[in-house]
Amino acid sequence: MRNIWIIAKREYDHYFISPVAYVVAFSILLVLGIIFALVIYTSAQNVFYGSVPDISPVTGSFAFLLVLTTPALTMRLLADENRMGTMELMLTAPVRDSELVIGKWLGGVLFVLTVIGITLIFPIILNSLVSPGIDQGAMITSYLALILVAASFLAIGVGISALFTNQVAAFFVTMITLVTLWWLMGFPADYIQAGSEFFRYLDLQSHFYSLGQGKIILSDVIYFLSLIAVGLFTGTMAVETRRWR
Amino acid sequence: MIRVNELTKDYGSRRALHGLTFEAQQGEVVGFLGPNGAGKTTTMRILTSYMPPTSGEAIVAGYDVVSESLEVRKRVGYLPETVPLYTDMVVFDYLKFMADLRHLPDAEERVGETLEMVGMVDRANGYIGSLSKGMRQRIGLAQALIHRPEVLILDEPTIGLDPSQVVEIRNLIREIGKERTVLLSTHILSEAQQVCDRVIIINKGNIVVEDTPENLQAHLVGAERVVLRVRGEVDDLAVKVGKIKGVQNAKSNPDGTLEFQFLPAQDVRPQVARAVVESGYDLLEMRPLGLSLEEIFLELTKEEQPAKKKKAHS
Ligand SMILES: Nc1ncnc2c1ncn2[C@@H]1O[C@H](COP(=O)(O)OP(=O)(O)O)[C@@H](O)[C@H]1O
Ligand SMILES: [Mg+2]
Repeated sequence: MRNIWIIAKREYDHYFISPVAYVVAFSILLVLGIIFALVIYTSAQNVFYGSVPDISPVTGSFAFLLVLTTPALTMRLLADENRMGTMELMLTAPVRDSELVIGKWLGGVLFVLTVIGITLIFPIILNSLVSPGIDQGAMITSYLALILVAASFLAIGVGISALFTNQVAAFFVTMITLVTLWWLMGFPADYIQAGSEFFRYLDLQSHFYSLGQGKIILSDVIYFLSLIAVGLFTGTMAVETRRWR
Repeated sequence: MIRVNELTKDYGSRRALHGLTFEAQQGEVVGFLGPNGAGKTTTMRILTSYMPPTSGEAIVAGYDVVSESLEVRKRVGYLPETVPLYTDMVVFDYLKFMADLRHLPDAEERVGETLEMVGMVDRANGYIGSLSKGMRQRIGLAQALIHRPEVLILDEPTIGLDPSQVVEIRNLIREIGKERTVLLSTHILSEAQQVCDRVIIINKGNIVVEDTPENLQAHLVGAERVVLRVRGEVDDLAVKVGKIKGVQNAKSNPDGTLEFQFLPAQDVRPQVARAVVESGYDLLEMRPLGLSLEEIFLELTKEEQPAKKKKAHS
């Protein structure tokens, strides 16, 4: 546990000296700010018709932005250790391979949580603008879904980063994987009869939106926890096989 | 303490180590000497639990490198061949990170002390990326020393350093080696000679010879060798000289010179000179032909067939 924390802290600190991380955080906040402004603008008109404004356009866009930005946050995590030769340092330090991978992942999670934390200002503003307040249950589960999506994407990114020595390769493979999970799983579900249930279960978007309705649905949570486990397991295996080469 | 028994390592179908067996005791600096591709790095990576051997056993600091790898890693300091540094980190932070991974209670003080040991206190707040090669090497060494390990494994610690830095690092290693077990690899013979209590020469994954540097030089091939140049045929003279007590391996060379060896304790040069002159030859030249460790090394490692492990002096 302690080792995981030490490694996570170093990665977390590293994001704050990394231009890539700043670009990612800044773009996310900028895009979400614009979307939020639109939400307020349209809500102001709709309030007449008695509809309660909700925050899901912000969390939904955030999740979509994570598809595009997570690869940039995770690409170097283990690939760079492989490239710089510091993997030899990590693999001969008294640290388990799994602790290394989980620590890297946790560092990324903490960074994204920081960005998510900043965006909490949007629901707070929105809440103060409308008189009965926003639907808090939906807001909480939307954010929970967002955190689970971020954690899953980061785990997948870390797992893929462990397979590569080249950051750019890790970036593209992660991007393709996330795009597939986010958009493309729906297609085979629609067109292939056999196993359509299976593909529908894999479709990430449906779990994300299902969770955001205001109720914590166990099967959705399990879906994301499984993605995290698969990502971290892949990473650990990749690090371990490096020892056998 | 390091104990290695019949260690082999295959990379795919290529065998890189052919059953190495050796030991290193506490308070000993053991040099691992061999040309590129000899298997030095491979051995060290096994000893530091970076990768498992294909077969055989290695015990480091009392623990098995495969089944008790975490225990080994806690007790070993390792400087890999490519110095593993995060170039975008500040020196102090890097060492603090390594100290934290080793769960040192007084990490910050320890970093300070270690920086002092390697003479890098004034660069503590600089970025690693801005350091020269020699400085990076010292930070790498600091990283290996931060937890005062029982066993220190250094893969070519002085490669790429300028001569004055080499001297500093060697002194440091010798100092450290007084209480710890140090295994260092090098392909520079003079280095092994200066720093090590014992040298293990390895070639193509086999131990060729293992002994103290002094013994290697004195007894192996490099016992004082002398070349004589005389006027006339030397074949008969070689036989005659060979009969003198204390003369070893007297032989005539194709270039018309004659050479022999003697042990330093028994200087037979006056007797030989007299014998030459008394036999009616004109003695033109007599000069020492001390084999350097370099030559011993070339000599030992040039044979194609792997030599059996042997003691240098019999
Ligand atoms: N990762 C690897 N994969 C395949 N072969 C390797 C690998 N590392 C080393 N070798 C081979 O093993 C032999 C020993 O290499 P090494 O241990 O690096 O020698 P040294 O450190 O003495 O120069 C060489 O023939 C080298 O080509
Ligand atoms: Mg090497």
